[in-house]
Amino acid sequence: MELLFAITLGVLTSTGVYLLLRARTFSVVLGLTLLSHAVNLFLFGMGRLKTDSPAVIGKALEHADPLPQALVLTAIVIGFAMTAFVVVLALKAAVELRNDHVDGEDPNEDRP
Amino acid sequence: MNHLVALPILIPLLAGAGLLLGYRLPLRLQRGLGILSCTLLTLLGLWAVQQAGSGDYTLYALGNWAPPFGILLVLDRLSAVMLLLTASLSLFCILYACRGTDREGSHFHPLFQFQLMGINGAFLTGDMFNLFVFFEVLLIASYALLLHGGGRARSRAGLHYVIINLVGSALFLLALGTLYGLTGTLNMADLAGAISAAPDTDKPLLVTAALLLLVVFGIKAAILPLLFWLPRAYSAASAPVAALFAIMTKVGIYAIIRIFMLVFGLGEAPIADAVWLWVWPMALATLALGGIGTLGAASLRTMTAYLVVVSVGILLATVALHDQASLAAGLFYLLHSTCLTAVFFLLADLVGRQRDRGYDRFSVISALNHRWLLGSLFFLAAVSMAGLPPFSGFISKLWILQASLPLTNGLLLWALVLGTGLLVLIALSRCGSGWFWRPPASTTTQRPLDPVRVGIVTAMIAVSIALALYAEPVMVYLDLTAQQILSPEQYIHAVLANPDALLAGGAP
Repeated sequence: MELLFAITLGVLTSTGVYLLLRARTFSVVLGLTLLSHAVNLFLFGMGRLKTDSPAVIGKALEHADPLPQALVLTAIVIGFAMTAFVVVLALKAAVELRNDHVDGEDPNEDRP
Repeated sequence: MNHLVALPILIPLLAGAGLLLGYRLPLRLQRGLGILSCTLLTLLGLWAVQQAGSGDYTLYALGNWAPPFGILLVLDRLSAVMLLLTASLSLFCILYACRGTDREGSHFHPLFQFQLMGINGAFLTGDMFNLFVFFEVLLIASYALLLHGGGRARSRAGLHYVIINLVGSALFLLALGTLYGLTGTLNMADLAGAISAAPDTDKPLLVTAALLLLVVFGIKAAILPLLFWLPRAYSAASAPVAALFAIMTKVGIYAIIRIFMLVFGLGEAPIADAVWLWVWPMALATLALGGIGTLGAASLRTMTAYLVVVSVGILLATVALHDQASLAAGLFYLLHSTCLTAVFFLLADLVGRQRDRGYDRFSVISALNHRWLLGSLFFLAAVSMAGLPPFSGFISKLWILQASLPLTNGLLLWALVLGTGLLVLIALSRCGSGWFWRPPASTTTQRPLDPVRVGIVTAMIAVSIALALYAEPVMVYLDLTAQQILSPEQYIHAVLANPDALLAGGAP
């Protein structure tokens, strides 16, 4: 399970970083989403990976660490709000600047 | 437990939430509520400085959960100074904004309050995860405040600013996850103990986490390879927002001081050594680049943004010297530079409103009304900023130079501080002489000069003069602050030694 978890994180992070370095806002937003997804999974994994152990004391012989789960929940909420905000901002910038390049102007496009 | 400690977070939270619910209230009422909140925060800041002045740590355990399990607010000298600085700066900014800037877009006042809540929270918290949360609060508010007023320049600058800070947040979480995975705690005091006692096999991972945190705080504080978002963002923001943002880079500096001096600073060979190794050269490079940037800037707002970069460089260098006198001098410089960069952002707006064309651009030659008054204000501010006597800039720089002289790295700092000072002086005099010396004759268009706006800027310059006149008590206070920062054992002892006493005294 650890190996699968690690590979998933690696794939998510590398695709996230790759997309983040693209010049179009849409792929940047996708990259940010993947990256924050990877980060959330990482945070979750820091409470150690266990099966069959609820995060409630006394319900089973072994219990999972509840703190990373609470942290992940907070991080998800914040990340979700941020993604929504950056999508709206990207749309606003695309309308106002008339292109979707992250710099607001496309170096390869002929200026009008 | 003293409930006043939680108020710097609660007042702006309640004011902001109330303003958001009452967004249909008449603007006058919204302004009143905003100004009231900022005034209360300033009074609280005075109380905090007085309270922390005794040298004790004032703790507040939320929900009566004892540390290291619950969320903790800690008020020490450094937090108190930062709280007072933020509150007084915000009071000037909101008064300036109430002269019309707040009408340019919607929801200015609630966003302003949430911004203050985030900043105050970051200064007070004693818990790493809450530092992250308050960073996010202040960032979300700053995204929206930066875009306040709309326009192409703001959208473009906003996009860069938001994306780079979102990546920063992701890195922050990675670092926090690593720290929690290794130590099982996120309370700063507890974490410090756990890190200093960590086995050698964990050291590389801890260094990784520390360096990741340095990147995150470096983005906030605008250290050299991570500062290129700053000039565009700060020069695009509306004047009072840019003036408030003068404190934002200092939040990054505060986090660097707090985390690397306290959390990673314990033990025989502290993890923080790996961080200081990077901070010192980067601080000097930031300082040099800031100086060159001020000379190359094309408008006063961009130049002020580079002045912010210069101040970050000097501050960080004094922090990296790891010496009580230099750190105290750096903190004095922090007060001075925050105040003065805010003054320049507001001055750029005042001048821009009086010019026929070009707003605050240097390349445009244009008639300027009220040349004498604005010129005198600019002159006073420039003298203080460049570090000439008799203002606070002179005292702070002299103190920094004096404190760094006996240190091995001191001479390098001397060369850069003085060299940058010269560049800043040249840039400021070029700007001032171009604008005020002999501009074209005033035009027939009468542009009334708002006396309140001028009054606010004058008051802020007066603060700088007062800081110079009453420098001694401030210097004594900051020296004790630096002493407190450099003895993290006291902090840890205060937080962890006797949790029962903390809770027993606090039954509400």
